[in-house]
Amino acid sequence: MSEQKTSKELLNELLETHYDNAMKVQSEGKLLAWCTSISPQELLETMDIYAVYPENHAAAIGARKQAPDFINYSESNGYSSDLCSYARVNLAYMDILQSEAGNIPRPDLIFCCSNICNTVLKWYENISKELNIPLIVFDTPFNHQYEVNDQCTQYIKGQLLEAIGKLEQITGRKFDHDRFREVMKISSETSKWWKKASLEAAAKPSPLNGFELFNYMAAIVCARGTVAGRDLYKLWYEELRDKAAKGLGPWKDEDEKYRVMWDGIACWPYLGLTYKTLKKYGINMVTSTYPDSWYIVYDVDDLDGMARCYSSNYVNRNLSFGADNIVDIVNKFSLDGIVFHSNRSCKLMDFRQFEIQRQVEARTGVPSIIFDGDQTDPRAFNPSQFENRIQALVEMMESRR
Amino acid sequence: MPERAYMGIDIGSSSSKAVIIDRDAAIRGEHIINLGTGSRGPADAIAKAFEQAGITKVDRTVATGYGRILFKEADKQITEISCHARGVKQLVPTAETVVDIGGQDAKVIRVKPDGRVENFVMNDKCAAGTGRFLEVMSRVLGVGIDQLSELADKGKPGVNISSTCTVFAESEVISQLSSGSSIEDVALGAHRSIAERIVGLAGRVGIEDDVVMTGGVALNDSVVQAVEDVSGHKITRLKDPQGMGAFGAALYARDLDN
Repeated sequence: MSEQKTSKELLNELLETHYDNAMKVQSEGKLLAWCTSISPQELLETMDIYAVYPENHAAAIGARKQAPDFINYSESNGYSSDLCSYARVNLAYMDILQSEAGNIPRPDLIFCCSNICNTVLKWYENISKELNIPLIVFDTPFNHQYEVNDQCTQYIKGQLLEAIGKLEQITGRKFDHDRFREVMKISSETSKWWKKASLEAAAKPSPLNGFELFNYMAAIVCARGTVAGRDLYKLWYEELRDKAAKGLGPWKDEDEKYRVMWDGIACWPYLGLTYKTLKKYGINMVTSTYPDSWYIVYDVDDLDGMARCYSSNYVNRNLSFGADNIVDIVNKFSLDGIVFHSNRSCKLMDFRQFEIQRQVEARTGVPSIIFDGDQTDPRAFNPSQFENRIQALVEMMESRR
Repeated sequence: MPERAYMGIDIGSSSSKAVIIDRDAAIRGEHIINLGTGSRGPADAIAKAFEQAGITKVDRTVATGYGRILFKEADKQITEISCHARGVKQLVPTAETVVDIGGQDAKVIRVKPDGRVENFVMNDKCAAGTGRFLEVMSRVLGVGIDQLSELADKGKPGVNISSTCTVFAESEVISQLSSGSSIEDVALGAHRSIAERIVGLAGRVGIEDDVVMTGGVALNDSVVQAVEDVSGHKITRLKDPQGMGAFGAALYARDLDN
């Protein structure tokens, strides 16, 4: 009997299969959709439409340090350098169709949810126009009130129902409600294991080095509605739970001296550098805003709940929620500091960063720094400026002990 | 010759500063060279400071500034944010806010009573509001950077440099000059522009008296005056604002000996 695989091995296999299958399914008569990272994939899974995620793919291209090829292509095509770098990478990829980070074929339809971003609407609309393929949009209005209100819930639910009709039209098949229930159940379970695993990082020392969270995120995006995804996160949770029970920290060769969270998207081209810089000072990034982003949990058959969940992402919630959310993370994970990534690509995330920083510091007394960077464009990051701010954070954390 | 000697070396982007102090924190040697990281600046500054102090070795060294990581001879590396705060607090115990404008950075630092950093804000990667901005301006105006203050003293207010981007500001100044503004008025406008940028940045951590300015740009009295005008706070002037990072580093070096 072969030994049981680790979650890391399962993760790598899952991602490899994800990209391999993406290149095959269309020749087998399946449709393939390009989707935003937190979209109601349940509908696609139910209709047996293969979902791939350009944001995930662009991040992988960034991590392989290949983004400049795509970014330059898009910019010479007339896209502004002020535009999101995921968009610039993906809009170029749509033409180039070849990357070192795995390939995805051109889509048959577009599945776009505005809960994480406003740029996606125009980005995906462009793809839909250029390729002349159907575009299904889920408009999740920004929540100016603390909770998602009933009107918004009904509005989004209406769009879910409409999308089902459109998918029936596109595929020429009836929507299978039994299968839908099954997928809803699996999706919620996967989300629960993902969150449960990431919560293990609350242990001191944390068994999790948060940069692993960035790696594991790839599969919560693309395999949330699958049994393989659910089993992966359950196993990951068990591994972290066991590690925490043994009192093991994030690294074998170093103790966890400081615990911080990372606000915003990773700097994919500098993943190794940012990780090593933090580790050099004994800083473990134990968590980020990611664990909650894919905590999409609702009861089977509860379309209202599903609609509310898809609108609940923290970037789609008001300032009070944004501040409460981080204060809660600071307390839950016993943090010593916060690293805010002022991400040139993401105006939506950066817009209120200064104010959130001010409020969180006033309420928790935890020091923080903001550094400039970008999720995929390497030109917007400077290693020595990053280290300078990180070391200053260490000096502030030290003086508050 | 001092019994024990401690050195702070501040290796910046455009200058190197070395300060040697004794057990009582009295400065025994100091030298500043306008050559920064990656040049012979640090070695020369150290040699001159040693010479002035009449010593050949120090007991402890702390390095700060952008070149600190590469300066392997140091016992410890500490950011210039902490070092400026520490240096200022030693000389001005009532200081609560430090405005430090160096070659490529502009920072506003809130200082705790013990001289440690409470909080700080820094410019982003953009050079607006930094010494580099003044270097570009002095080149366009055809004067040395050390003459800018005197030049601006003769200027009249009214020239407004609105671009925050240094490159755009350069073109803006060129067009101001071609449309007849005097170099004196433009120099004053450039100083006002830096002051507005730094006071805008300061809003994020708040300015509390006493306010002290450090860094090379604080040598320009017209900029200091502009920061006073824009912020409405009186600025405490130091005799040697540029050496404050190295002085703070030397104080931290002395701590290592205790």
